[in-house]
Amino acid sequence: MNPVLVKDLHYAFGDHVAVDGVDLALEPGEVFGLLGPNGAGKTTTLRVVTTLLPAPPDTVLVEGLDVVRSRRRVRRLLGYVPQQLSADGSLTGRENVALFARLFDVPRRERAEAVDAVLDAMGLSESADRTASTYSGGMVRRLELAQALVSAPRVLVLDEPTVGLDPVARSGVWDRIHEVRRANGMTVLVTTHAMEEAELHCDRVALMHRGRLRAEGTPAELTAAIGPDATLEDVFRHHTGDTLEAGGMRDVRAARRTARRVG
Amino acid sequence: MSVLPAAPPAASAERPSPVGEVTLLLRRVGAMCLVELQKLRHDRTELVTRTVQPALWLIVFGTTFSRIHAIPTGSTPYLDFLAPGILAQSALFVAIFYGIQVIWERDAGVLAKLLVTPTPRAALVTAKAFAAGIRALVQALVVVVIALLLGVGLTGNPLKLLGAAVVVVLGSAFFCCLSITLAGVVLSRDRLMGIGQAITMPLFFASNALYPVDVMPGWLQMVNRVNPLSYEVEALRGLLVGTPARLGLCFAVLLVAAAVMITVASALLPRLAR
Repeated sequence: MNPVLVKDLHYAFGDHVAVDGVDLALEPGEVFGLLGPNGAGKTTTLRVVTTLLPAPPDTVLVEGLDVVRSRRRVRRLLGYVPQQLSADGSLTGRENVALFARLFDVPRRERAEAVDAVLDAMGLSESADRTASTYSGGMVRRLELAQALVSAPRVLVLDEPTVGLDPVARSGVWDRIHEVRRANGMTVLVTTHAMEEAELHCDRVALMHRGRLRAEGTPAELTAAIGPDATLEDVFRHHTGDTLEAGGMRDVRAARRTARRVG
Repeated sequence: MSVLPAAPPAASAERPSPVGEVTLLLRRVGAMCLVELQKLRHDRTELVTRTVQPALWLIVFGTTFSRIHAIPTGSTPYLDFLAPGILAQSALFVAIFYGIQVIWERDAGVLAKLLVTPTPRAALVTAKAFAAGIRALVQALVVVVIALLLGVGLTGNPLKLLGAAVVVVLGSAFFCCLSITLAGVVLSRDRLMGIGQAITMPLFFASNALYPVDVMPGWLQMVNRVNPLSYEVEALRGLLVGTPARLGLCFAVLLVAAAVMITVASALLPRLAR
């Protein structure tokens, strides 16, 4: 069974078509990257998968469950980290994670242990009792991963997990994701527009442009098809005639806004 | 690193039992109220700054008007009459700006994260409403302390105090959900801020918080009759200082008003998540 299955998904905001016929079939335990510039429709696709936006019945399934008809059961299987840094700065790291343990009905007897385990796995044990307002950007991201992982999700959904982070913080976040995945076999669905990151960390990728998938495969397959020494960046240009840098400034601004709010 | 267990297969029933639903609702309310108290514990500045206004009302307005005997409150001293009104007002001010917090949570991605937990919308809104109630209750305690220091004769009967706490929580739940409803309509923090400021004072002045209903002009008495704040004040006054009050009616009005507003706010919440 595919952990996430999307069949010919269309989504429009009024006249604006955000997603224009997308098919996805994730394999259990893989890291699947949805790549593309801003406005490609990646986030809209994620919002449908995470039940935040409605879809016609039987177009999107998570672990075989329809995201519309079995909404609540799907939510129980998902861990979701939105693009913005969304941890609560006025709560400690531990309190942030404990809230989500409660919201996912982790039994009271196991709760403290589950919270400790996931904070430890994210390398936050030392700072667990400080308020999140004192955390660096990378720590906040790892705290959000802890929030998403405390319910032991089958599918972890990450929207641009490393935007606004420095290289060290980036690899810190990815290392933790891989460790947890190796330990529990969860599937990871991630969006990004950082091609070199996708090449390093995703088992398979799909290139998205203007609401459609233009290419799909392992990073090695896709780059080899273009030529020796080709990068995913080249693959993207080959398939779309476009570069990824179009939305650059907007991202920087969004990341700064987020940093200001959390800091 | 410690090994995190994989989630068990999804075996839970899709059609949950009514008992299960109520338990879930209570658990979510508990979780949200706990978070609210934790936030207060880490940052008490808001609690202190929010104390300034009720303190001024009681100390400056209250003591002055007691002295000039401008407002006929019968055998009840004016300060005793005023204290429950100011208590309700400070609870109102806490609750009415809750929608702003919800909009902030929308902008910060927190709302999306909450909506992707196995929590029905109505449970989420109810939990927020009661969290506002808890927050308002802490604020009310501060007002009670000020009133006691000013020599207001408040009841010591634990049942009546408990009743007053329930009244504050219900009233705050109503105004919190009114605020979330407005947030769901205007969708922007700035506009909601303006609306919040525009409606709090009229709600306050068109209530029995500062003066008895009999001295109001007829049209204001009509407004007063549909203003939930008046029922909150009447109940608080009856319970805390022992003035005559239609307690049954007040509780019924507050309960129905809160339930209706929770329903409306729940219906509008998804608009914020789009």
